[in-house]
Amino acid sequence: MEFGPHLMLAILEGAVGAAVLSLTALGLSLVFGVMRVVNVAHGEFFMLGAVLAWFVATALGGHPAVGFVAALVVAPLIAGVIAAAADWLILKRVEYDPEATIVATIGILYIMQQSALMLYGPEARPVEPPFNSRIALPWVEWGENGLALFYPWGFGTTTYKLFVIVAAAALLVAFWLFLTRSRFGLIMRATQLDRETALAFGIPVERVYALVFGLGAALAAFAAVLIVPISQAHYLMGGDPLLLSFIVVIIGGLGSIRGTILAALLIGLSDGIISVFFSPTLAKILATLLVALVLVFRPQGLFGKKPA
Amino acid sequence: MSKLITSRRGLLKGAAAGGLLAASPLVSRYAQAQSSAPIRIGFQQHSTGIGAAYGRWYGRTTEAAAKAINDAGGINGRPLEIVAEDDGTDPKRGAEVVEKFANQHECDVAFGTLFSHVVFGSAPAAGELKIPYFVVSEGHHVASGALNRYTLQPGITDVKSQVQAMAPYVSQNLGKKVTMIFPDFAFGHDHRDFFTQAIEAQGGEVLEHIAIPPTETSFTKYFPKIPRDTEVLYHVMVGPAVLTFVKELGEFFGPSAPAIFGFIDSLEAVDMSSPGLEFLDGTYFWEGMPRYAQADQTEYDKAFRAAVGVDENGASVSDAKDVSTYAHMFGCWETLYIIKRGMEASGYAGPQDRAKLIEAVEAMSAMDEGFEHPQGPKIFNGKTHQTFGKQYISRVENGRMVRVHSTSIEDTFYPDEVDYTAQSF
Repeated sequence: MEFGPHLMLAILEGAVGAAVLSLTALGLSLVFGVMRVVNVAHGEFFMLGAVLAWFVATALGGHPAVGFVAALVVAPLIAGVIAAAADWLILKRVEYDPEATIVATIGILYIMQQSALMLYGPEARPVEPPFNSRIALPWVEWGENGLALFYPWGFGTTTYKLFVIVAAAALLVAFWLFLTRSRFGLIMRATQLDRETALAFGIPVERVYALVFGLGAALAAFAAVLIVPISQAHYLMGGDPLLLSFIVVIIGGLGSIRGTILAALLIGLSDGIISVFFSPTLAKILATLLVALVLVFRPQGLFGKKPA
Repeated sequence: MSKLITSRRGLLKGAAAGGLLAASPLVSRYAQAQSSAPIRIGFQQHSTGIGAAYGRWYGRTTEAAAKAINDAGGINGRPLEIVAEDDGTDPKRGAEVVEKFANQHECDVAFGTLFSHVVFGSAPAAGELKIPYFVVSEGHHVASGALNRYTLQPGITDVKSQVQAMAPYVSQNLGKKVTMIFPDFAFGHDHRDFFTQAIEAQGGEVLEHIAIPPTETSFTKYFPKIPRDTEVLYHVMVGPAVLTFVKELGEFFGPSAPAIFGFIDSLEAVDMSSPGLEFLDGTYFWEGMPRYAQADQTEYDKAFRAAVGVDENGASVSDAKDVSTYAHMFGCWETLYIIKRGMEASGYAGPQDRAKLIEAVEAMSAMDEGFEHPQGPKIFNGKTHQTFGKQYISRVENGRMVRVHSTSIEDTFYPDEVDYTAQSF
């Protein structure tokens, strides 16, 4: 394939990955920012979203769009409720102690993974996309008659992949507005800034925690519903998003929304481009190397604030 | 006098021997109990991990074969008992599972592994613990001599002979310039090495080798490496994301695809009518055993489907969406029958006869098509511990695979690379 279309294809593939990753990582970052909880089970909420999408789409039947839209609403909702319950049942009981919450969320990870294996089974199952047609993309070339359009071999994308990028971007904007303009956003930011003071001002911190934990899980589940028509639901699918989310959140700065989104774009796009031109293994090596460099030279992350 | 004493000593010795003899009924009583106790087959099952879909169907086939054998009177008058242990499709756990079979479950043999990296991880343990290890894996590692005398593959052919038998058909009917896409582990490397050799022997060439990590979930990024002048795309993929792989392949090429030849592994346990697979119509697949019942279906294939619970589309009789791994799972059925024949021929009574069992299997050669061998006739090579058999090529027509070519057994032969019978037990 020619270089230009090849690079363009790499960017498109990377953008789909980055879109999903930014939503997932945002959930992880939010939970850490507000609650100071490192949620190791975050990838499993991603998996839960995908598996629920399959259940919803299968139960409804009919046109694929019906099941998909229902899954977009129902899956994040259920994942959020389960996460809030986990927070109330488990994390609250260990009093959000940093070490204890890590161990507890590892436990949640295994419980969710094995429950999915028992109830959903070991196979990967597809959810039909609401629409999916291939778009052959044109490329310009300086030919004998000046600039000319042509359609390179294999250069294309699908309408659904473009939709994933747009939907993720829309949700990110909506989330940012929610965080900066709404009353609950204000409460969340207040809790993040200083738990004690927020408590003194009458903010029900425990309820905020449960909601934030649920919201983080719902973001991951939403991302999973978007990706499941492309890559299917499988009980082990939570591993990669967890690892990548951690990479993104560390690079961007734990708890920084802006940093998380920028880092997700950086990692998602570079992963796409490096794996197209070199190898996917090299992409992972470089991402991990970047994490190491950030941890050594700027431990608070690119946009994180230095601890006082 | 002294003579008398001597004879008294002799008497005492005799008494001691008699005591031993008297004790021996205990031994024979135990032998009696053992002779009616079940023969325990340790089934190393990929219940979880990337091989889970195969594990489920290997399990159903194994249970069906065990039931058929038990209904017909068992082995040497003893019933067969399957002891299944999950290995998580993981080599390290695989070795632990084999150890558990030998030491904890007191199994007579270990059996049933598919994924080649798990076989590689487990075979040394089987050799050390001296437990016969019957794999159903397709990897060339058994016949290559990399493993040991305790590891055998009598029920399924290996990749080397499969791809060698495919190459003439591919080069004569589809094209000579091939690009290969395969998973980046032992099984995929067998494809890479042996198909490349085989197609070159046919006057063709492989333009590009594209290796994909077996845990990958997104594939479009690999496809631009396919050279533009590719005439045949050769694909073989495993793992939970195979459907995504094939779908993205279709999306990448759009209307201008080269000829496509795949190993059915890329679509095992996947419904051919899944959305996005329409482009496969007119493409070709290797099948170990045709998933869709063919027009000339044998009575053996019919009986095998009925026993395992598979309908004529290769799906579960109770759920049409639950598609089997039909091109591979017959190997479990046939291997269990070979174990049975080996145990009967060697008069197998317990773990002390394990070496005799291996020798009895090594002595086997031709195996006729029949209820015990529904996939077709086979020729087992006792020296390399590997079986050889017919291969099938199917073409997708209206969402069904229709067999268009059957190879002979001879097409799959290659020179021996090892003589395991020369190794000591």
